[in-house]
Amino acid sequence: MSLKIKKGIPLIDQHDKNGMWGGKFGGNFVPETLKKPIEDLEKLFSKLRKDKSFIRERDYYFENYVGTPTPLIPLNQITDHLGGAQIWAKVVSENPGTAHKIYNAIVHCLIAKRAGKKFVCGDTGAGMAGKTLAMVAKKFGLKCKIFMGVKDIKRQKPNVDAMKKFGAEVVPVTSGSQTLIDAVSECMRYWVANCLTSHLVVGSTVGPNIFVKICGYSTSQISRELIVQIKDEFGKIPRRLKLLNVCGGGSSSYGFWSSFMDYDKRQVEFVGIEAGGPKKSKLHAAPLTNNSKIGILHGAAQYVIQDKDGQIGLTDSISAGLDYSGISPLHCFLKDTKRARYTSATDEEALSAYKLVSSMENISPSLEPAHAFAEAIKIAPKLSKDTVIIVNSCGDSFKDRDIIKKRLGSYVR
Amino acid sequence: MKSEIQLAFEKCRKENRPALISYTVSSDPNIKKSLKILKSISPHVDLAEIGFPFSTPIGDGADIQTSSFRAIKNGFKMRDIFRLAKKYKNTKSSKPIILMGYYNMIFNYGENKFLKDCKKSGVSGIICVDLPWPENKDFAKKCKKKSINFIQLLAPTTTKDRMKKIIKDSHDMVYYISMLSTTGGKLKVSPRRILENYKKIKRINYKKNLVIGFGITEKTIKSLKSADGLVVGSLLCKTITNSLKMRQNPVTKLDKVVYNLRNKIL
Repeated sequence: MSLKIKKGIPLIDQHDKNGMWGGKFGGNFVPETLKKPIEDLEKLFSKLRKDKSFIRERDYYFENYVGTPTPLIPLNQITDHLGGAQIWAKVVSENPGTAHKIYNAIVHCLIAKRAGKKFVCGDTGAGMAGKTLAMVAKKFGLKCKIFMGVKDIKRQKPNVDAMKKFGAEVVPVTSGSQTLIDAVSECMRYWVANCLTSHLVVGSTVGPNIFVKICGYSTSQISRELIVQIKDEFGKIPRRLKLLNVCGGGSSSYGFWSSFMDYDKRQVEFVGIEAGGPKKSKLHAAPLTNNSKIGILHGAAQYVIQDKDGQIGLTDSISAGLDYSGISPLHCFLKDTKRARYTSATDEEALSAYKLVSSMENISPSLEPAHAFAEAIKIAPKLSKDTVIIVNSCGDSFKDRDIIKKRLGSYVR
Repeated sequence: MKSEIQLAFEKCRKENRPALISYTVSSDPNIKKSLKILKSISPHVDLAEIGFPFSTPIGDGADIQTSSFRAIKNGFKMRDIFRLAKKYKNTKSSKPIILMGYYNMIFNYGENKFLKDCKKSGVSGIICVDLPWPENKDFAKKCKKKSINFIQLLAPTTTKDRMKKIIKDSHDMVYYISMLSTTGGKLKVSPRRILENYKKIKRINYKKNLVIGFGITEKTIKSLKSADGLVVGSLLCKTITNSLKMRQNPVTKLDKVVYNLRNKIL
């Protein structure tokens, strides 16, 4: 069966009655206890999506709190330096949450309010999802619990401090590899026990079907802005446009691409960049690039790093936000339909891309989007001058200051 | 022909007591010891649940997680569980085996191959934590064809309407999750409340053997003895962990714990 993307329908809605995209990605592989809370959330979300007052409220917060649109800027120095394609950045990190995670946090908190829940719980890797959820929850008067691996608590300290400042309880997760994957598991366990009082916020386009949908719905704001900005800037959609985005769970890339889904891929190409891990290591966090098998992780079928037996495999990445064995079912579907192309960048490539971008331009991307900049740096010189590359700069480097200092000797923002 | 599981429940009913169902993890603490543990507790239990450990168990609390990670660290492979089942089945006092685990392991092994190996090694039933109804319809049918019980789960959040549908598709045994919790949580609902829900479910179909699990310990087991069956898992996993810590033999420790549990529900 050849998989096809339907035109005119958001990708998040192109699943079958079992919640699966292309009949094989996504779904609801959850313990029985969660069936009812998930069903309730599905009903509420499908109602709210048609509710004008809900959309007005969402847009109000996007405009006045996030501050839309986030800037689209040309990176002239780098473009001149590399020669070839024009490189631009959509500086999503310019919002108060310093990452794209704020869209998902706002929509979830609005839903939690409507559901009458007073508590929200969420997972976090790099701490961006945790920080923004803590911030938004505080604004909305919701109590917040964030699950975070102990390894990540150590390496992303600035974000942990921020979460605590916003009054969230940070729950250290000590099981397994003590990174994002374990944080997501532990958060789901917490929800199993507290589903009547707490609203679960999955931090990316992963997890059971409804969480993939809500997150994708939220981050789509990025491309809604971008398509208007591009038309303003270029008068139309350029003949050769490449949208480069880092892929961890896949929420920023889905949001960055969704409004361009129906364009021919020869005109608007999507390139997803996964975490290749340390150059000399066999470990990575790039299931799509490395053709991992399909498996079931955190409630959804997806390409996932695993051993022959089906045990979920370890990952390694300099970016806590990318250190995840799985990948959104949406991206599995985009890979199989060949709408998007996936590749990876190593830790070292990401670091040197960070260095180049932050020294030449007036932005300072975190190590997550630095992976996407690495690909831009790689391909731009080979492309024609009328090609436009836009990189989603979806995170700010401040949280990575300790890692950058250690690896590059100094950190200047 | 009646299934082994059905016969086990009928025997208990005749003796006017609930079935005692143990849960231990395959290869915990290692392959040899897990077989020894099963053999030693077998005379006290009526059904033996054996877990195939998974690296990312979202339905399990700390005790079963610890056992699972220990087993994986000690080299657990899926083929081991069938070897274990077969060896256990060949012992004198063996009881019907129920394999329990997460769907990714079955999916990866291949549903058909998994069932074939279950059949070959004498497995009577399967519980799959994260393959709920209706997602489990096809797999449950495949199990039935092989005369293997697919055991459906019900939770406190399951609506009555949904319960009816699930029970209609169930085989001989149905598993009621006592409370909103992962495995091994403290019993946060009173036994009276649990039994009220239990009776509501029984009323839907009296013939189904309904067991209660989650939060059952030496302290709580007696108060739930009017159920058709009771599952004890986390307590056993914790006992293994503790005896390893204290450098004691987990086999004798577990034997004692299960023996005591049994005496409380006679």
